[in-house]
Amino acid sequence: MFVYFVKRSFVALLVAITVSIVSFLLLHLSGDLAQSLAGPSASAADVAQVRTAYGLDRPIAVQYLDWAGRAIRGDFGESFFLKQPVFPIIAERLPVTMTLGISALLIALFVSIPLGIVAALRPNSWIDRLALTISVFGQALPSFWFGLLLMMLFGVTLRWLPVSGTGGWQYYVMPAITLSYYSIPAFMRLTRAGMMEVLASDYIRTARAKGLRTMTVLFKHALRNAIIPLVAVAAVQLGFALGGSIVIEAVFSLHGVGYLGWESISRADFPVVQAIVLILACFYIVLTLLADLLNAFLDPRIRVR
Amino acid sequence: MSALLEIRGLDVRIPLATGTLHPVRDVSLSVARGETLCIVGESGCGKSLTSLAIMNLLPKRAQRSASRLVFDGIDLTGLPERHMADVRGDRMAMIFQEPMTSLNPAYTIGNQLEEALLRHRKVARKAARDRAVYLLEKVGITAAGQRLAQYPHQLSGGLRQRVMIAMALMCGPRLIIADEPTTALDVTIQAEILRLLAALQREFHMAVVLITHDLGIVARIADRVAVMYAGQIVEIGPVKDIFTRPLHPYTQGLLRCIPIPGRTRPGEHLGSIPGMVPSLIGKIEGCAFRNRCPHAFPACTTTEVALVEVSGEHGYRCLLSPQASAANAAEMAAV
Amino acid sequence: MTVETYVDLANVLPTSAGSMFRRRMLGHTTFLVGAGILVVILAVALLAPLLAPHDPYAQELSRRLVPPVWDDGGSWTHPLGTDQLGRDYLSRLIYGSRISLLVGFSIMILSGIIGTSLGVVAGYFGGRIDLVINFIVTTRLAMPVILVALTVAALAGSSLRNVILVLGLLLWDRFAVVTRSATLQIRALDYVAAAQAVGCSTLRIVASEILPNVLNVIIIIATIEMANGILLAAALSFLGLGVPPPLPAWGAMIADGKQYMFFSPWVITIPGVALFTLVLGINLLGDGIRDLTAPENRS
Repeated sequence: MFVYFVKRSFVALLVAITVSIVSFLLLHLSGDLAQSLAGPSASAADVAQVRTAYGLDRPIAVQYLDWAGRAIRGDFGESFFLKQPVFPIIAERLPVTMTLGISALLIALFVSIPLGIVAALRPNSWIDRLALTISVFGQALPSFWFGLLLMMLFGVTLRWLPVSGTGGWQYYVMPAITLSYYSIPAFMRLTRAGMMEVLASDYIRTARAKGLRTMTVLFKHALRNAIIPLVAVAAVQLGFALGGSIVIEAVFSLHGVGYLGWESISRADFPVVQAIVLILACFYIVLTLLADLLNAFLDPRIRVR
Repeated sequence: MSALLEIRGLDVRIPLATGTLHPVRDVSLSVARGETLCIVGESGCGKSLTSLAIMNLLPKRAQRSASRLVFDGIDLTGLPERHMADVRGDRMAMIFQEPMTSLNPAYTIGNQLEEALLRHRKVARKAARDRAVYLLEKVGITAAGQRLAQYPHQLSGGLRQRVMIAMALMCGPRLIIADEPTTALDVTIQAEILRLLAALQREFHMAVVLITHDLGIVARIADRVAVMYAGQIVEIGPVKDIFTRPLHPYTQGLLRCIPIPGRTRPGEHLGSIPGMVPSLIGKIEGCAFRNRCPHAFPACTTTEVALVEVSGEHGYRCLLSPQASAANAAEMAAV
Repeated sequence: MTVETYVDLANVLPTSAGSMFRRRMLGHTTFLVGAGILVVILAVALLAPLLAPHDPYAQELSRRLVPPVWDDGGSWTHPLGTDQLGRDYLSRLIYGSRISLLVGFSIMILSGIIGTSLGVVAGYFGGRIDLVINFIVTTRLAMPVILVALTVAALAGSSLRNVILVLGLLLWDRFAVVTRSATLQIRALDYVAAAQAVGCSTLRIVASEILPNVLNVIIIIATIEMANGILLAAALSFLGLGVPPPLPAWGAMIADGKQYMFFSPWVITIPGVALFTLVLGINLLGDGIRDLTAPENRS
């Protein structure tokens, strides 16, 4: 078991390194960085000057190794735009995105697990169909549009919540709901399928034969097993959500890491972008490792080899 | 002394898209305290469903009806589920066929054992733990204390079945229903488990309803036997009567199919019962066994055959008189 | 099987309970509705020049933000109103369908080719090749797609071609994972072993034995990725780095309308509904196909 995790961690490290290489290459090869930095109205001489000043005329491998060498020590360079070290800038915005991501995950779980359970208990009933409809609609809804609709309804018409910006918990409600809507269909399907499969199993029959109360059978015995795949998927979903929060943060002007990424792209502030990509990738990788750990923790059959 | 379990006219119906399945038809039997009743029959004869019907553990779509279903003085028909749940696991317990999948893989043996007791009795956790250890030892599991912390997947099939038996005994039930408890186990372990069940039954003075398709098991441990075919009880009586004077052609056929040490001559053909079980959907006209019965006659197709009791609790469901039936049996044995 | 595949297989495996007959019916309805929606939108896209009342690019600054016909101030000249530059909304909507469909199909095909190739190769050859491809897939999954797509779009310039390229080169992961699983299953079957024993070349085995049987899951994933591609392209356009103006991309229309949405809500509602309907149609089609071709339905 331990050996397995060491191997996984090693692979994870390789993945992180590869991600950084790929993003570095994409950044430097998709277009002329010097041109973007200098701006559209710069002359050829200006662009050449920018190129030398930022060391963009060196071979790409050299540039990467230079960056990587410093990144290992935590030095992600300096923001072109803000003239400050990159890492603290990102670190400052990180809590916002984390709050958003975790809130969205919690909302998704609170909605989909009960719905999935009820749908599994009464297949083809009206509530099962309702869950299915929510599922189908949720996957078709463009997230940014949904966010705007919520904004119009709760921010303007009802005036319950602030329309946009960063601040106290009220500023996270609509963004979190918008972000959660994407995960709800998958979570609900998994819970429903998992519960249906588990409820048909022999140990549930044993539990009922022992005279255990329905709630005990449902939650202690059934859900405990049905939830195992869901937990792992939820962890991975959180990883995706953190990476994809950029759109929601842009819609709601929530100043998190995603918003910073968007700003940096429009400002050609590439050290920041490179660092954000790497950090988000690392979050995802850590979360997948965590998902595996959770799997092992929840299913004794995997644990003891 | 009144019977522990009394069933009259038990029916199970399951509505399907193609019609109504009627897998348990007019089943009547009784079990006295401390007695072992074996229900025998081939696959699909309705014996498992009968046991599930008694416990009210049928699938949701199934409908159960009975003119009389009384256990230990409690009328089970129309009993609300929460009261039934109080009875289950406490006074009436069940052991299932597949020990490999009958235990929850996410919890320890100890947890699942103690849970069975804690649900029905207000005792301390320690008391439940002690009882679990006591019963594990009783079912022949060594190092019982350590076993409590183990998970089901760490035990073999035979051990798991012993755990299931211990779990059924946690609350000291008056009746144990065992649905083919040894079918999924090795032959050598089968014998051990059966011996164990018999010993426990004597010690705790429990009644046992054992469901099986193996006549060998029946011969070994039954006090009384009920033979089922196509959802009905076709013969019921004390084990000695059933084996020495079987009255229903199906029972006679079954007995011919197994070799009997001392009686079956080497090289002799074993019997078989040609044909197939009739469909259990909808009504069955006349006797359900008629198209496989070597002694069928025209009335068998039209008459609804009732269970007729002969001497001393021996009953059978056939139009032939006891004498004619016995004569048939002797004739077939001589062949 | 990695954890990520749970989500994908949960999407691919049939979920409806109930009798086989009921499932076929349900599959039929879902399939028909989805196909119907797609056919309608396809027709709209193809017949755009005939259906659109005005030129989608023609600006008329004197008639800015005219409301749709059902609000006061609206008229049948511009049934869905006009945008902030006076362009007819209905026409832009109709022409916008071309962009969404084109983007969706192209991304689906590009990512499908890449993903299926990787998945089938990984599943068929196994061993080290499988490990390498798994590594590639994991790397791709670790990258934040939108961020990377935005970056590339910003650097390479936002154009229809670049949007399709960058998303097509990023969205192949689900294809790869699912075709790999399917290939593994099929490879274990006897008739593949028979083909190998007879001495068929690898390419021939892949083409004639494996691909036809993987086709079922490919089609289902194709609908998922087409929908995904359309939504992501719309998100890119919304953020200003997707399909460039003045092309009438639905996502861009929503972005343009954002500042006016509180007073002229139709500016964002209408293109949003269009996007939603198209994606819904694609999803329903995929669900319908999945339910109809579930193994239990095959005799």
